[in-house]
Amino acid sequence: MSSALLSVRDLHVDFTTYNQTHKVLKGINLDIPPHSQIALVGESGSGKTVTMKAIMGLLRQPLARITAGEMYYDGRDLLTMPDKERVALRGTAMSMIFQDPMTSLNPVFTIGDQMRTILKYADRRLGRTRSARERKVRVLEVLGQVRMRDPERVFQSYPIMLSGGMRQRVLIAMALLSEPKLLIADEPGTALDVTTQAQILKLMKDLVEERGLALLMITHNLGVVRETCSYVYVMNKGVVVEHGSTADLFAAPQEDYTKALIAAVPRLTGETRFGTVEAMR
Amino acid sequence: MIRPVLEVIDLCKSFPVRSPFGRLTGEVKAVNNVSFSIGRGKVYGLAGESGSGKSTIARMIMGLTPPTSGDILLDGEDIGSTGGSPAHRRKVQMVFQNPGSSLNPRRSVSQSITVPLHANGLPRADRARRVTELLDMVQLPASYAERYPHELSGGQKQRVAIARALAVAPKLLVLDEPTSALDVSVQAKVIDLLVDLGRQLDLTFLFISHDLSLMRNFAEKVGVLYLGSLVETGRTSVVFENPRHDYTRLLLASVPVVSAEEEAMRPRIPLIDGEIPTAEQLLALRKAGGGEA
Repeated sequence: MSSALLSVRDLHVDFTTYNQTHKVLKGINLDIPPHSQIALVGESGSGKTVTMKAIMGLLRQPLARITAGEMYYDGRDLLTMPDKERVALRGTAMSMIFQDPMTSLNPVFTIGDQMRTILKYADRRLGRTRSARERKVRVLEVLGQVRMRDPERVFQSYPIMLSGGMRQRVLIAMALLSEPKLLIADEPGTALDVTTQAQILKLMKDLVEERGLALLMITHNLGVVRETCSYVYVMNKGVVVEHGSTADLFAAPQEDYTKALIAAVPRLTGETRFGTVEAMR
Repeated sequence: MIRPVLEVIDLCKSFPVRSPFGRLTGEVKAVNNVSFSIGRGKVYGLAGESGSGKSTIARMIMGLTPPTSGDILLDGEDIGSTGGSPAHRRKVQMVFQNPGSSLNPRRSVSQSITVPLHANGLPRADRARRVTELLDMVQLPASYAERYPHELSGGQKQRVAIARALAVAPKLLVLDEPTSALDVSVQAKVIDLLVDLGRQLDLTFLFISHDLSLMRNFAEKVGVLYLGSLVETGRTSVVFENPRHDYTRLLLASVPVVSAEEEAMRPRIPLIDGEIPTAEQLLALRKAGGGEA
Protein backbone atom coordinates (compact mmCIF):
# COMPACT_ATOMS: atom_id res chain seq x y z
CA MET A 1 0.00 0.00 0.00
CA SER A 2 1.12 3.53 -0.66
CA SER A 3 2.12 5.84 2.16
CA ALA A 4 -1.03 7.93 1.82
CA LEU A 5 -3.13 8.61 4.89
CA LEU A 6 -6.22 8.10 2.79
CA SER A 7 -6.33 6.53 -0.60
CA VAL A 8 -9.29 5.94 -2.83
CA ARG A 9 -8.93 3.51 -5.73
CA ASP A 10 -11.28 3.32 -8.69
CA LEU A 11 -14.36 4.20 -6.65
CA HIS A 12 -17.71 3.66 -8.35
CA VAL A 13 -20.99 4.75 -6.78
CA ASP A 14 -24.46 4.19 -8.23
CA PHE A 15 -27.69 5.79 -7.10
CA THR A 16 -30.92 3.95 -7.69
CA THR A 17 -34.14 5.91 -7.99
CA TYR A 18 -37.42 4.20 -8.93
CA ASN A 19 -36.21 1.87 -11.64
CA GLN A 20 -33.32 3.94 -12.92
CA THR A 21 -29.69 3.63 -11.97
CA HIS A 22 -27.43 6.65 -12.17
CA LYS A 23 -23.69 6.22 -12.22
CA VAL A 24 -22.63 9.10 -10.02
CA LEU A 25 -18.97 8.26 -9.47
CA LYS A 26 -17.17 6.54 -12.29
CA GLY A 27 -13.81 5.46 -11.00
CA ILE A 28 -12.37 8.05 -8.64
CA ASN A 29 -8.71 7.83 -7.62
CA LEU A 30 -7.52 10.04 -4.82
CA ASP A 31 -4.48 10.10 -2.54
CA ILE A 32 -4.15 12.17 0.58
CA PRO A 33 -0.65 11.99 2.07
CA PRO A 34 -0.24 12.89 5.76
CA HIS A 35 0.21 16.63 6.47
CA SER A 36 -1.06 17.62 3.03
CA GLN A 37 -3.70 20.08 1.91
CA ILE A 38 -5.71 18.62 -0.90
CA ALA A 39 -8.63 20.20 -2.75
CA LEU A 40 -11.47 18.47 -4.52
CA VAL A 41 -13.00 21.06 -6.78
CA GLY A 42 -15.99 20.87 -9.08
CA GLU A 43 -19.33 22.40 -9.91
CA SER A 44 -22.67 21.24 -8.57
CA GLY A 45 -23.41 17.71 -9.70
CA SER A 46 -19.75 16.81 -10.26
CA GLY A 47 -19.79 14.21 -7.48
CA LYS A 48 -17.49 15.92 -5.00
CA THR A 49 -19.92 15.68 -2.11
CA VAL A 50 -20.71 12.03 -2.91
CA THR A 51 -16.98 11.29 -2.85
CA MET A 52 -16.73 12.95 0.54
CA LYS A 53 -19.71 11.03 1.87
CA ALA A 54 -18.28 7.76 0.61
CA ILE A 55 -15.03 8.49 2.43
CA MET A 56 -16.85 9.35 5.64
CA GLY A 57 -19.17 6.35 5.29
CA LEU A 58 -22.23 8.58 5.20
CA LEU A 59 -23.78 7.41 1.93
CA ARG A 60 -27.37 6.46 2.45
CA GLN A 61 -27.69 2.82 1.56
CA PRO A 62 -29.32 1.10 -0.23
CA LEU A 63 -30.17 4.24 -2.26
CA ALA A 64 -26.49 4.69 -2.99
CA ARG A 65 -24.30 1.70 -3.63
CA ILE A 66 -20.54 1.44 -3.87
CA THR A 67 -20.29 -0.93 -6.82
CA ALA A 68 -16.54 -1.11 -7.18
CA GLY A 69 -13.33 0.29 -5.77
CA GLU A 70 -11.28 0.36 -2.62
CA MET A 71 -10.62 2.88 0.13
CA TYR A 72 -7.80 2.72 2.63
CA TYR A 73 -7.30 4.85 5.69
CA ASP A 74 -3.87 4.48 7.24
CA GLY A 75 -3.52 1.17 5.44
CA ARG A 76 -6.82 -0.17 6.77
CA ASP A 77 -9.50 -1.18 4.30
CA LEU A 78 -12.52 1.04 4.95
CA LEU A 79 -14.94 -1.00 2.89
CA THR A 80 -14.36 -4.36 4.50
CA MET A 81 -13.72 -3.36 8.10
CA PRO A 82 -16.46 -4.17 10.65
CA ASP A 83 -19.08 -1.46 11.12
CA LYS A 84 -17.99 -0.90 14.68
CA GLU A 85 -14.46 0.02 13.66
CA ARG A 86 -15.75 2.20 10.86
CA VAL A 87 -17.97 4.13 13.25
CA ALA A 88 -15.08 4.54 15.67
CA LEU A 89 -13.02 6.21 12.94
CA ARG A 90 -15.70 8.70 12.01
CA GLY A 91 -15.51 11.95 13.90
CA THR A 92 -12.29 10.85 15.61
CA ALA A 93 -9.56 9.95 13.15
CA MET A 94 -11.34 11.69 10.28
CA SER A 95 -13.50 14.67 11.10
CA MET A 96 -15.75 16.93 9.10
CA ILE A 97 -16.31 20.66 9.01
CA PHE A 98 -19.74 21.37 7.62
CA GLN A 99 -20.73 24.04 5.18
CA ASP A 100 -23.46 26.02 6.82
CA PRO A 101 -22.79 27.31 10.33
CA MET A 102 -26.39 28.51 10.55
CA THR A 103 -27.97 25.08 10.25
CA SER A 104 -25.42 22.62 11.54
CA LEU A 105 -25.67 23.74 15.15
CA ASN A 106 -28.62 22.83 17.34
CA PRO A 107 -30.36 26.09 18.32
CA VAL A 108 -31.70 24.84 21.67
CA PHE A 109 -28.44 23.70 23.27
CA THR A 110 -25.48 25.81 24.29
CA ILE A 111 -22.22 25.43 22.40
CA GLY A 112 -20.71 23.87 25.51
CA ASP A 113 -23.47 21.25 25.78
CA GLN A 114 -23.13 20.30 22.13
CA MET A 115 -19.37 20.04 22.21
CA ARG A 116 -19.32 18.06 25.46
CA THR A 117 -21.80 15.60 24.00
CA ILE A 118 -19.71 15.13 20.89
CA LEU A 119 -16.64 14.53 23.00
CA LYS A 120 -18.46 12.09 25.28
CA TYR A 121 -19.57 9.89 22.39
CA ALA A 122 -16.26 10.16 20.61
CA ASP A 123 -14.55 8.99 23.81
CA ARG A 124 -17.00 6.16 24.17
CA ARG A 125 -16.35 4.94 20.64
CA LEU A 126 -12.64 5.03 21.24
CA GLY A 127 -13.00 3.30 24.61
CA ARG A 128 -11.57 6.27 26.49
CA THR A 129 -12.94 7.65 29.72
CA ARG A 130 -12.91 11.26 30.77
CA SER A 131 -14.72 12.94 33.64
CA ALA A 132 -17.25 15.69 33.00
CA ARG A 133 -14.76 18.20 34.33
CA GLU A 134 -12.01 16.99 32.02
CA ARG A 135 -14.40 17.19 29.11
CA LYS A 136 -15.14 20.81 29.82
CA VAL A 137 -11.43 21.57 30.10
CA ARG A 138 -10.84 19.94 26.71
CA VAL A 139 -13.73 21.84 25.09
CA LEU A 140 -12.43 25.16 26.37
CA GLU A 141 -8.95 24.28 25.19
CA VAL A 142 -10.18 23.60 21.65
CA LEU A 143 -12.27 26.78 21.60
CA GLY A 144 -9.06 28.61 22.45
CA GLN A 145 -7.27 26.86 19.60
CA VAL A 146 -9.73 28.31 17.07
CA ARG A 147 -8.78 31.77 18.39
CA MET A 148 -11.89 32.50 20.38
CA ARG A 149 -11.05 35.44 22.59
CA ASP A 150 -13.34 34.37 25.41
CA PRO A 151 -13.85 30.57 25.31
CA GLU A 152 -15.84 30.56 28.56
CA ARG A 153 -18.44 32.93 27.14
CA VAL A 154 -18.73 30.98 23.89
CA PHE A 155 -19.09 27.78 25.92
CA GLN A 156 -22.17 29.20 27.61
CA SER A 157 -23.67 30.79 24.47
CA TYR A 158 -26.49 29.54 22.33
CA PRO A 159 -25.74 29.52 18.58
CA ILE A 160 -28.02 32.51 17.97
CA MET A 161 -25.82 34.63 20.24
CA LEU A 162 -22.82 34.16 17.96
CA SER A 163 -22.04 35.73 14.59
CA GLY A 164 -21.61 33.64 11.43
CA GLY A 165 -17.83 33.67 11.65
CA MET A 166 -17.90 32.61 15.33
CA ARG A 167 -20.28 29.78 14.50
CA GLN A 168 -18.01 28.59 11.72
CA ARG A 169 -15.15 28.55 14.22
CA VAL A 170 -17.26 26.50 16.61
CA LEU A 171 -17.76 23.96 13.81
CA ILE A 172 -14.02 23.83 13.27
CA ALA A 173 -13.50 23.39 17.02
CA MET A 174 -16.01 20.52 17.01
CA ALA A 175 -14.06 18.78 14.27
CA LEU A 176 -10.83 19.17 16.26
CA LEU A 177 -12.20 17.78 19.55
CA SER A 178 -10.89 14.25 19.15
CA GLU A 179 -7.60 15.16 17.56
CA PRO A 180 -8.27 13.82 14.07
CA LYS A 181 -5.51 13.20 11.54
CA LEU A 182 -7.70 14.03 8.57
CA LEU A 183 -9.99 17.03 8.35
CA ILE A 184 -12.61 17.10 5.64
CA ALA A 185 -14.06 20.55 4.99
CA ASP A 186 -17.17 20.90 2.86
CA GLU A 187 -17.34 24.39 1.34
CA PRO A 188 -16.16 26.13 4.51
CA GLY A 189 -16.93 29.81 4.66
CA THR A 190 -19.13 30.03 1.57
CA ALA A 191 -22.01 31.28 3.70
CA LEU A 192 -19.86 34.06 5.11
CA ASP A 193 -18.77 37.55 4.09
CA VAL A 194 -15.48 37.89 2.20
CA THR A 195 -13.49 39.33 5.06
CA THR A 196 -14.81 36.67 7.45
CA GLN A 197 -14.20 33.94 4.90
CA ALA A 198 -10.61 35.08 4.52
CA GLN A 199 -10.12 34.80 8.30
CA ILE A 200 -11.67 31.34 8.45
CA LEU A 201 -9.49 30.07 5.62
CA LYS A 202 -6.40 31.47 7.26
CA LEU A 203 -7.39 29.89 10.57
CA MET A 204 -7.88 26.50 8.93
CA LYS A 205 -4.59 26.74 7.16
CA ASP A 206 -2.77 27.70 10.38
CA LEU A 207 -4.43 24.92 12.36
CA VAL A 208 -3.63 22.30 9.75
CA GLU A 209 0.00 23.37 9.69
CA GLU A 210 0.38 23.72 13.47
CA ARG A 211 -1.17 20.37 14.26
CA GLY A 212 0.23 18.45 11.33
CA LEU A 213 -3.20 17.46 10.00
CA ALA A 214 -4.18 16.45 6.53
CA LEU A 215 -6.92 18.54 4.94
CA LEU A 216 -9.35 17.57 2.22
CA MET A 217 -11.13 20.69 1.06
CA ILE A 218 -14.28 20.25 -0.96
CA THR A 219 -15.26 23.39 -2.79
CA HIS A 220 -16.50 24.97 -6.00
CA ASN A 221 -14.45 28.11 -5.43
CA LEU A 222 -11.15 28.04 -7.32
CA GLY A 223 -9.85 31.06 -5.43
CA VAL A 224 -10.29 29.22 -2.13
CA VAL A 225 -8.38 26.25 -3.56
CA ARG A 226 -5.49 28.39 -4.58
CA GLU A 227 -5.32 30.10 -1.19
CA THR A 228 -5.40 26.99 0.97
CA CYS A 229 -4.33 23.84 -0.83
CA SER A 230 -1.14 22.55 -2.38
CA TYR A 231 -2.65 19.84 -4.58
CA VAL A 232 -5.92 19.82 -6.54
CA TYR A 233 -8.25 17.25 -8.01
CA VAL A 234 -10.73 18.68 -10.53
CA MET A 235 -13.97 16.72 -10.84
CA ASN A 236 -16.65 16.80 -13.50
CA LYS A 237 -19.55 14.42 -14.03
CA GLY A 238 -18.27 11.76 -11.70
CA VAL A 239 -14.68 11.56 -12.87
CA VAL A 240 -11.45 13.30 -11.93
CA VAL A 241 -10.62 15.18 -15.11
CA GLU A 242 -7.29 16.53 -13.98
CA HIS A 243 -5.09 16.64 -10.92
CA GLY A 244 -1.81 18.25 -10.07
CA SER A 245 -0.05 20.67 -7.78
CA THR A 246 -1.98 23.91 -7.31
CA ALA A 247 0.77 26.03 -8.83
CA ASP A 248 1.03 23.90 -12.00
CA LEU A 249 -2.66 23.41 -12.46
CA PHE A 250 -3.52 27.08 -12.21
CA ALA A 251 -0.56 28.18 -14.32
CA ALA A 252 -1.02 25.61 -17.08
CA PRO A 253 -4.25 23.63 -17.00
CA GLN A 254 -4.14 20.71 -19.45
CA GLU A 255 -7.74 19.64 -19.90
CA ASP A 256 -10.36 21.71 -21.72
CA TYR A 257 -12.74 21.49 -18.79
CA THR A 258 -10.19 22.84 -16.33
CA LYS A 259 -9.22 25.61 -18.75
CA ALA A 260 -12.85 26.66 -19.17
CA LEU A 261 -13.49 26.47 -15.43
CA ILE A 262 -10.54 28.72 -14.66
CA ALA A 263 -11.46 31.07 -17.50
CA ALA A 264 -14.97 31.47 -16.08
CA VAL A 265 -13.70 32.89 -12.80
CA PRO A 266 -13.98 36.69 -12.82
CA ARG A 267 -10.58 38.31 -12.32
CA LEU A 268 -9.79 41.08 -9.94
CA THR A 269 -7.59 42.54 -12.67
CA GLY A 270 -10.67 42.93 -14.84
CA GLU A 271 -9.76 41.09 -18.02
CA THR A 272 -12.37 38.35 -17.84
CA ARG A 273 -14.12 37.74 -21.13
CA PHE A 274 -17.42 36.20 -20.26
CA GLY A 275 -18.15 35.04 -23.78
CA THR A 276 -15.41 32.41 -23.75
CA VAL A 277 -16.96 29.72 -21.61
CA GLU A 278 -19.06 27.95 -24.21
CA ALA A 279 -16.78 24.92 -24.09
CA MET A 280 -18.33 23.75 -20.83
CA ARG A 281 -21.11 21.16 -20.35
CA MET B 1 -26.28 67.66 -19.89
CA ILE B 2 -27.87 64.24 -20.12
CA ARG B 3 -29.96 63.43 -17.11
CA PRO B 4 -28.90 60.31 -15.22
CA VAL B 5 -31.42 57.48 -15.04
CA LEU B 6 -31.05 57.18 -11.30
CA GLU B 7 -29.99 59.84 -8.87
CA VAL B 8 -29.76 59.12 -5.17
CA ILE B 9 -29.25 62.19 -3.01
CA ASP B 10 -28.38 62.15 0.69
CA LEU B 11 -30.37 58.99 1.25
CA CYS B 12 -30.86 57.96 4.88
CA LYS B 13 -32.73 55.15 6.50
CA SER B 14 -32.89 54.44 10.18
CA PHE B 15 -34.76 51.67 11.90
CA PRO B 16 -36.13 51.95 15.43
CA VAL B 17 -34.67 49.65 18.06
CA ARG B 18 -37.18 48.52 20.62
CA SER B 19 -36.86 46.83 23.97
CA PRO B 20 -38.64 43.46 24.38
CA PHE B 21 -41.64 45.39 25.74
CA GLY B 22 -41.89 47.65 22.71
CA ARG B 23 -40.35 50.76 24.18
CA LEU B 24 -38.26 52.78 21.77
CA THR B 25 -34.65 52.53 22.93
CA GLY B 26 -32.71 53.90 20.02
CA GLU B 27 -32.21 53.65 16.28
CA VAL B 28 -29.93 51.95 13.81
CA LYS B 29 -28.69 54.04 10.93
CA ALA B 30 -28.81 51.41 8.20
CA VAL B 31 -28.13 53.88 5.39
CA ASN B 32 -26.37 57.12 6.09
CA ASN B 33 -26.19 60.02 3.61
CA VAL B 34 -25.68 57.94 0.51
CA SER B 35 -25.48 59.77 -2.80
CA PHE B 36 -24.70 58.42 -6.26
CA SER B 37 -26.06 58.54 -9.79
CA ILE B 38 -26.11 56.21 -12.75
CA GLY B 39 -26.04 57.40 -16.34
CA ARG B 40 -28.10 55.78 -19.09
CA GLY B 41 -26.82 52.38 -20.15
CA LYS B 42 -24.23 52.22 -17.37
CA VAL B 43 -23.58 49.61 -14.73
CA TYR B 44 -23.07 50.87 -11.19
CA GLY B 45 -21.84 48.47 -8.56
CA LEU B 46 -22.61 48.68 -4.87
CA ALA B 47 -20.13 46.58 -2.94
CA GLY B 48 -20.49 45.75 0.70
CA GLU B 49 -20.79 43.00 3.24
CA SER B 50 -23.82 41.92 5.22
CA GLY B 51 -25.15 44.78 7.29
CA SER B 52 -23.62 47.43 5.02
CA GLY B 53 -27.05 48.64 3.89
CA LYS B 54 -26.84 47.58 0.25
CA SER B 55 -30.12 45.69 0.26
CA THR B 56 -31.88 48.49 2.14
CA ILE B 57 -30.82 50.91 -0.60
CA ALA B 58 -32.20 48.52 -3.23
CA ARG B 59 -35.48 48.25 -1.36
CA MET B 60 -35.80 52.03 -1.17
CA ILE B 61 -35.12 52.42 -4.89
CA MET B 62 -37.80 49.81 -5.56
CA GLY B 63 -40.22 51.70 -3.34
CA LEU B 64 -40.52 48.76 -0.95
CA THR B 65 -39.22 50.73 2.03
CA PRO B 66 -39.75 54.47 2.47
CA PRO B 67 -36.53 56.43 3.09
CA THR B 68 -36.17 58.34 6.36
CA SER B 69 -34.78 61.30 4.45
CA GLY B 70 -33.17 62.09 1.13
CA ASP B 71 -34.33 61.85 -2.47
CA ILE B 72 -34.39 59.20 -5.11
CA LEU B 73 -34.80 60.59 -8.62
CA LEU B 74 -35.72 58.14 -11.32
CA ASP B 75 -35.46 59.72 -14.75
CA GLY B 76 -35.51 63.08 -13.02
CA GLU B 77 -38.70 62.33 -11.13
CA ASP B 78 -38.74 62.05 -7.35
CA ILE B 79 -40.11 58.67 -6.45
CA GLY B 80 -40.86 59.86 -2.93
CA SER B 81 -44.45 60.53 -3.92
CA THR B 82 -44.87 57.72 -6.45
CA GLY B 83 -42.92 55.01 -4.65
CA GLY B 84 -44.43 51.64 -5.45
CA SER B 85 -46.93 53.02 -7.98
CA PRO B 86 -47.43 51.22 -11.32
CA ALA B 87 -45.71 54.12 -13.10
CA HIS B 88 -42.69 53.72 -10.84
CA ARG B 89 -42.60 49.94 -11.25
CA ARG B 90 -42.62 50.30 -15.02
CA LYS B 91 -39.32 52.12 -14.79
CA VAL B 92 -37.48 49.93 -12.34
CA GLN B 93 -37.49 46.19 -11.77
CA MET B 94 -35.45 43.87 -9.64
CA VAL B 95 -33.75 40.49 -10.01
CA PHE B 96 -33.31 38.72 -6.70
CA GLN B 97 -30.50 36.62 -5.34
CA ASN B 98 -32.02 33.19 -5.21
CA PRO B 99 -34.20 32.26 -8.18
CA GLY B 100 -35.21 29.12 -6.29
CA SER B 101 -37.22 31.22 -3.88
CA SER B 102 -38.08 34.26 -5.98
CA LEU B 103 -40.12 32.23 -8.48
CA ASN B 104 -43.48 30.90 -7.36
CA PRO B 105 -43.22 27.09 -7.52
CA ARG B 106 -46.92 26.80 -8.33
CA ARG B 107 -46.73 29.01 -11.41
CA SER B 108 -45.43 27.92 -14.76
CA VAL B 109 -42.81 30.08 -16.45
CA SER B 110 -45.42 31.75 -18.66
CA GLN B 111 -47.70 32.44 -15.68
CA SER B 112 -44.82 34.03 -13.77
CA ILE B 113 -43.91 36.26 -16.69
CA THR B 114 -47.54 37.11 -17.39
CA VAL B 115 -48.15 38.64 -13.96
CA PRO B 116 -46.30 41.89 -14.70
CA LEU B 117 -47.79 41.97 -18.22
CA HIS B 118 -51.25 41.75 -16.73
CA ALA B 119 -50.46 44.44 -14.17
CA ASN B 120 -49.15 46.58 -16.99
CA GLY B 121 -52.44 46.28 -18.87
CA LEU B 122 -51.23 44.36 -21.91
CA PRO B 123 -54.22 42.91 -23.78
CA ARG B 124 -54.70 39.20 -23.15
CA ALA B 125 -54.29 38.38 -26.85
CA ASP B 126 -50.76 39.79 -26.96
CA ARG B 127 -49.47 38.18 -23.81
CA ALA B 128 -48.42 34.78 -25.20
CA ARG B 129 -46.46 36.47 -27.96
CA ARG B 130 -44.73 38.75 -25.48
CA VAL B 131 -43.82 35.77 -23.25
CA THR B 132 -42.17 34.05 -26.21
CA GLU B 133 -40.38 37.25 -27.09
CA LEU B 134 -39.08 37.65 -23.53
CA LEU B 135 -37.94 34.02 -23.33
CA ASP B 136 -36.11 34.53 -26.59
CA MET B 137 -34.40 37.60 -25.14
CA VAL B 138 -33.00 35.51 -22.26
CA GLN B 139 -32.09 32.74 -24.71
CA LEU B 140 -34.58 30.14 -23.54
CA PRO B 141 -36.64 28.11 -26.04
CA ALA B 142 -40.33 29.04 -26.26
CA SER B 143 -41.26 25.53 -25.13
CA TYR B 144 -40.02 26.41 -21.64
CA ALA B 145 -43.10 28.59 -21.13
CA GLU B 146 -45.09 25.63 -19.87
CA ARG B 147 -42.42 24.35 -17.49
CA TYR B 148 -42.44 24.81 -13.73
CA PRO B 149 -39.47 26.12 -11.74
CA HIS B 150 -38.54 22.68 -10.38
CA GLU B 151 -38.00 21.50 -13.95
CA LEU B 152 -35.34 24.16 -14.56
CA SER B 153 -31.70 24.40 -13.55
CA GLY B 154 -30.47 27.28 -11.39
CA GLY B 155 -29.20 29.26 -14.37
CA GLN B 156 -32.44 28.73 -16.30
CA LYS B 157 -34.49 29.88 -13.30
CA GLN B 158 -32.43 33.05 -13.07
CA ARG B 159 -33.02 33.65 -16.80
CA VAL B 160 -36.76 33.37 -16.19
CA ALA B 161 -36.44 35.85 -13.31
CA ILE B 162 -34.63 38.23 -15.67
CA ALA B 163 -37.34 37.77 -18.32
CA ARG B 164 -39.99 38.55 -15.73
CA ALA B 165 -38.15 41.70 -14.68
CA LEU B 166 -37.87 42.80 -18.33
CA ALA B 167 -41.57 42.18 -19.01
CA VAL B 168 -42.59 45.79 -18.39
CA ALA B 169 -39.60 47.14 -20.36
CA PRO B 170 -38.00 48.94 -17.41
CA LYS B 171 -35.19 51.46 -17.74
CA LEU B 172 -33.36 50.42 -14.61
CA LEU B 173 -32.72 46.90 -13.40
CA VAL B 174 -31.67 46.37 -9.80
CA LEU B 175 -29.61 43.18 -9.53
CA ASP B 176 -29.26 41.97 -5.95
CA GLU B 177 -26.47 39.37 -5.99
CA PRO B 178 -27.98 37.83 -9.13
CA THR B 179 -25.40 35.06 -9.52
CA SER B 180 -24.27 34.22 -6.01
CA ALA B 181 -26.37 31.03 -5.99
CA LEU B 182 -24.94 29.81 -9.31
CA ASP B 183 -21.88 27.82 -10.41
CA VAL B 184 -19.04 29.87 -11.96
CA SER B 185 -19.64 28.66 -15.51
CA VAL B 186 -23.36 29.43 -15.21
CA GLN B 187 -22.56 32.76 -13.58
CA ALA B 188 -20.37 33.68 -16.54
CA LYS B 189 -23.20 32.96 -18.97
CA VAL B 190 -25.79 34.90 -16.98
CA ILE B 191 -23.49 37.92 -16.74
CA ASP B 192 -22.80 37.60 -20.44
CA LEU B 193 -26.54 37.67 -21.08
CA LEU B 194 -26.98 40.74 -18.87
CA VAL B 195 -24.22 42.58 -20.73
CA ASP B 196 -25.91 41.75 -24.05
CA LEU B 197 -29.36 42.77 -22.85
CA GLY B 198 -27.97 46.00 -21.47
CA ARG B 199 -26.63 46.88 -24.91
CA GLN B 200 -29.68 45.77 -26.87
CA LEU B 201 -32.29 47.40 -24.65
CA ASP B 202 -30.28 50.38 -23.48
CA LEU B 203 -30.73 49.18 -19.90
CA THR B 204 -29.16 50.72 -16.83
CA PHE B 205 -28.05 48.40 -14.03
CA LEU B 206 -27.59 48.81 -10.32
CA PHE B 207 -25.49 45.79 -9.42
CA ILE B 208 -25.35 44.84 -5.76
CA SER B 209 -22.76 42.28 -4.74
CA HIS B 210 -20.09 41.29 -2.29
CA ASP B 211 -18.14 39.57 -5.06
CA LEU B 212 -15.48 42.12 -5.92
CA SER B 213 -13.93 40.10 -8.74
CA LEU B 214 -17.27 39.93 -10.49
CA MET B 215 -17.88 43.61 -9.89
CA ARG B 216 -14.55 44.51 -11.42
CA ASN B 217 -15.63 42.86 -14.67
CA PHE B 218 -19.20 44.07 -14.84
CA ALA B 219 -19.54 47.52 -13.29
CA GLU B 220 -17.99 50.68 -14.74
CA LYS B 221 -18.32 52.58 -11.51
CA VAL B 222 -18.40 51.28 -8.01
CA GLY B 223 -19.38 52.47 -4.55
CA VAL B 224 -18.06 50.71 -1.48
CA LEU B 225 -20.52 50.61 1.41
CA TYR B 226 -19.35 50.26 4.97
CA LEU B 227 -21.83 50.35 7.85
CA GLY B 228 -24.38 52.33 5.85
CA SER B 229 -22.05 54.92 4.33
CA LEU B 230 -20.34 55.10 0.97
CA VAL B 231 -16.68 55.21 1.90
CA GLU B 232 -15.24 55.18 -1.58
CA THR B 233 -16.63 55.73 -5.07
CA GLY B 234 -15.17 56.01 -8.50
CA ARG B 235 -14.32 54.15 -11.68
CA THR B 236 -14.02 50.46 -10.85
CA SER B 237 -10.56 50.13 -12.37
CA VAL B 238 -9.27 53.11 -10.40
CA VAL B 239 -10.79 52.07 -7.08
CA PHE B 240 -9.52 48.51 -7.45
CA GLU B 241 -6.03 49.41 -8.54
CA ASN B 242 -5.60 52.19 -6.08
CA PRO B 243 -7.94 51.74 -3.13
CA ARG B 244 -7.79 54.69 -0.77
CA HIS B 245 -10.06 53.73 2.08
CA ASP B 246 -8.83 51.17 4.62
CA TYR B 247 -12.03 49.19 4.36
CA THR B 248 -11.77 48.91 0.58
CA ARG B 249 -8.22 47.67 1.01
CA LEU B 250 -9.34 45.09 3.54
CA LEU B 251 -12.12 43.89 1.23
CA LEU B 252 -9.71 43.56 -1.68
CA ALA B 253 -7.13 41.81 0.46
CA SER B 254 -9.75 39.22 1.44
CA VAL B 255 -10.73 38.13 -2.07
CA PRO B 256 -9.54 34.62 -2.92
CA VAL B 257 -7.87 34.86 -6.33
CA VAL B 258 -6.79 32.43 -9.05
CA SER B 259 -3.72 34.05 -10.59
CA ALA B 260 -0.42 35.60 -9.65
CA GLU B 261 -1.31 38.86 -11.42
CA GLU B 262 -4.34 39.29 -9.18
CA GLU B 263 -2.31 38.43 -6.13
CA ALA B 264 0.11 41.17 -7.04
CA MET B 265 -2.60 43.83 -7.12
CA ARG B 266 -4.19 42.72 -3.86
CA PRO B 267 -3.24 44.99 -0.96
CA ARG B 268 -1.01 43.19 1.52
CA ILE B 269 -2.52 43.83 4.92
CA PRO B 270 -2.99 41.53 7.88
CA LEU B 271 -6.50 40.14 8.19
CA ILE B 272 -8.38 41.15 11.29
CA ASP B 273 -10.27 39.00 13.76
CA GLY B 274 -13.97 39.24 14.31
CA GLU B 275 -16.77 40.38 12.07
CA ILE B 276 -17.15 43.58 10.06
CA PRO B 277 -14.26 45.66 11.36
CA THR B 278 -14.80 48.64 13.58
CA ALA B 279 -13.24 51.99 12.81
CA GLU B 280 -10.63 51.35 15.52
CA GLN B 281 -9.63 48.05 13.95
CA LEU B 282 -9.23 49.72 10.58
CA LEU B 283 -7.05 52.37 12.15
CA ALA B 284 -4.97 49.73 13.93
CA LEU B 285 -4.54 47.95 10.60
CA ARG B 286 -3.16 51.04 9.01
CA LYS B 287 -0.72 51.52 11.88
CA ALA B 288 0.33 47.87 11.61
CA GLY B 289 1.95 48.72 8.32
CA GLY B 290 -1.12 48.53 6.13
CA GLY B 291 0.61 50.79 3.66
CA GLU B 292 0.84 54.34 2.60
CA ALA B 293 -2.86 55.16 2.40
